[in-house]
Amino acid sequence: MNARRLVSPLVTLALVLILADVAWHFFSWAIWHAVWTLPENASHAPNTDLCRAALGHGACWPVIKEKFRFILFGFYPYDEQWRPALVILCFVVLFGLSLAPRWWRPSLLLVWVVAFALIGVLMWGGVLGLAFVAEDQWGGLPITLILATLGLAAAFPLAILVALARRAEGLPVIRLLAVAYVELIRGVPLISLLFMSSVMLPLFLPPAWDIDKLIRAQLAFVLFAGAYLAEVVRAGLAALPRGQYEAAAALGLSYAQSTRLIILPQALRQVIPMLVNTFIGFFKDTSLVLIIGIFDLMTTGRTATLEPAWQGFGNEVYLLLAAIYFAFCFIMARISRTLERRLAAPHRNIEEPA
Amino acid sequence: MRPLSRRLPSLRWQALGWQALALALVALVIATFAHNASHNLAARHIATGFGFLRQAAPIPIGETLLSYTPSVSSYGRAFAIGVLNTLKVAIPGCLLATLLGTVIGIARLSPIMLLARLAAIYVEFLRDLPLLLQLLFWYGVFQTLPAPKQSLQPLPGVFLSNRGLRFPGLLWQNGFALVLLAAVAGIVFAAILARRAALSPRRRLRLAALLPIPLFPALALAAVRPAFIVAWPTLHGFNFQGGVLMSPEYAALATGLILYTASYIAEIVRGGLVSVSSGQWEAGAALGLPRSAVLRLIVLPQALRLIIPPLTSQYLNLVKNSSLAVAIGYQDLVSIADTTLNQTGQAIEGIALIMVVYLAISLAISLAMNLYNAHLARTTR
Repeated sequence: MNARRLVSPLVTLALVLILADVAWHFFSWAIWHAVWTLPENASHAPNTDLCRAALGHGACWPVIKEKFRFILFGFYPYDEQWRPALVILCFVVLFGLSLAPRWWRPSLLLVWVVAFALIGVLMWGGVLGLAFVAEDQWGGLPITLILATLGLAAAFPLAILVALARRAEGLPVIRLLAVAYVELIRGVPLISLLFMSSVMLPLFLPPAWDIDKLIRAQLAFVLFAGAYLAEVVRAGLAALPRGQYEAAAALGLSYAQSTRLIILPQALRQVIPMLVNTFIGFFKDTSLVLIIGIFDLMTTGRTATLEPAWQGFGNEVYLLLAAIYFAFCFIMARISRTLERRLAAPHRNIEEPA
Repeated sequence: MRPLSRRLPSLRWQALGWQALALALVALVIATFAHNASHNLAARHIATGFGFLRQAAPIPIGETLLSYTPSVSSYGRAFAIGVLNTLKVAIPGCLLATLLGTVIGIARLSPIMLLARLAAIYVEFLRDLPLLLQLLFWYGVFQTLPAPKQSLQPLPGVFLSNRGLRFPGLLWQNGFALVLLAAVAGIVFAAILARRAALSPRRRLRLAALLPIPLFPALALAAVRPAFIVAWPTLHGFNFQGGVLMSPEYAALATGLILYTASYIAEIVRGGLVSVSSGQWEAGAALGLPRSAVLRLIVLPQALRLIIPPLTSQYLNLVKNSSLAVAIGYQDLVSIADTTLNQTGQAIEGIALIMVVYLAISLAISLAMNLYNAHLARTTR
């Protein structure tokens, strides 16, 4: 019995020792031996020799200072980069509003429309005295946010239709089409869909339609998100008590009326936490556009480490990327968990004034 | 609720109308795409059909499980190698991710505070970072290892360098096939015996059922006596020769996939364990069983029924995620298909092949796990 009592303190001690070792190595690399500033060479570019000498045992933080703007905004014209910065702020506000239960009302839809219009104006410009910036110059975090958020927003109506179609009774053909779509998309990797958008879609469209690569990738994301969201919505529909359907029918409501007024509002509200989790997945998955050469946050980060002068300092850049992705995902995951608890609470008076 | 369409004839016609409309729309889209594709392909002088699979493929492939010579072997063979390379990372990946995920999931519920906290941090951290970022990081780690001449040697004969991991291997001998076959037969036989013995209260008998597992291969070994020739890696010039090579690409992909998927599996295992009512733990403790025995004999078997379905989708995710190999240069199916469609221009066929293979793998995993789940449902209730 005594031996068993020793297990817990021994394991704790071993873990503390391991943690201390890891922490020591990290601090030694990130602070103690790190290079913080670099002298300039003849052409006023930083001379990276100091960093190169420290490679392996000390971090090179000037790479972040030098590449920060490129990683965040890509090839967006340098003087106009306040615009994508505002776009990022727009997204943060939009997420904040959408995740607060007291904003869950139809007017939220209007907020989304206005937000996307604003984002479009800021990114493209060409009006209100803003210089026009074409899509192929966009890059960095705004691309990641646009791909994920617009993908979700556009896929949502599609997902609701597909989820309803999958549960449609007495319509076997429509149900089969919905099942085929969902299972096909969920059965193949996202990369194959992105390849489809980048090399196969142009073959399927008339030659005159020259759609930008970014928009084609966005289409692939909508298709992808639609299938996964449809399953989320279907789970919400399935979880609704039968009594709700029967009560709607008893009131003499038509299928469209009962779906719009009774079924969907309740089903969708229940799946909001799951929706947020799915969105976190999309947010991470947008990084895959690296493979088809679209300049999202991951690609700008990777490109920053490929420049000869800064080669070999990938870990510093990856740490920055990790911090950005982590901040978004972690906060959203936390909110989703809080929402989940609130929705699971026995009395669901979410809109009850405090 | 009874479908409305069966209650009212007018609605039945309406239902038919909607379905005909949906079918017509899909047919229209497909027809338009086909028409455009044939026009575009002709304009770009791109061949159609799967004839290219028999042409010689000028793709250099680093890791091959089948014999392959660039520019001599066919595209079909290159594809087969790609499929095998995908499986080569996916199968061990699923097994090891399950193992690690289970350990971490159990650790999250450990009464040792620090262990539980660390497991929670692991899960939170790895789940909130894109897998691609993790893969690029691991690839960087494996690439910045020392050159072969200064390679790390964690164990004698095992070399870790920027050319990958080299470890000693057995050279394939003729008799090995028979031994392998005997080992499989031993496992199958033991499974049949174990099922018979499971009802017996005698512990010895249940243990005896496992005997065929070592016995069968041992008998086969004694019968054919293949020579054991160990191939040790040796340094020749700037690189190693001999032994078994695990390339940096493979190592990075496998590491990233296993660590990432394990974080999801840990949550599934934890959820399954939590769902087993605490009365089960208490009952086990009241019987005087140690915590580990309660976990192994009472809680895990009950949790398994809840764990299997989400575990299946994690396996499917791992297989699909293995396609990120293309970003770090491991030549899996997607990477080889990508090269192929760049060389031949036959994008439609290439992507169709990728999709068919992944759908087949997904279906196979779903089927196997559903069978296992059905088996569990039968035996535990």
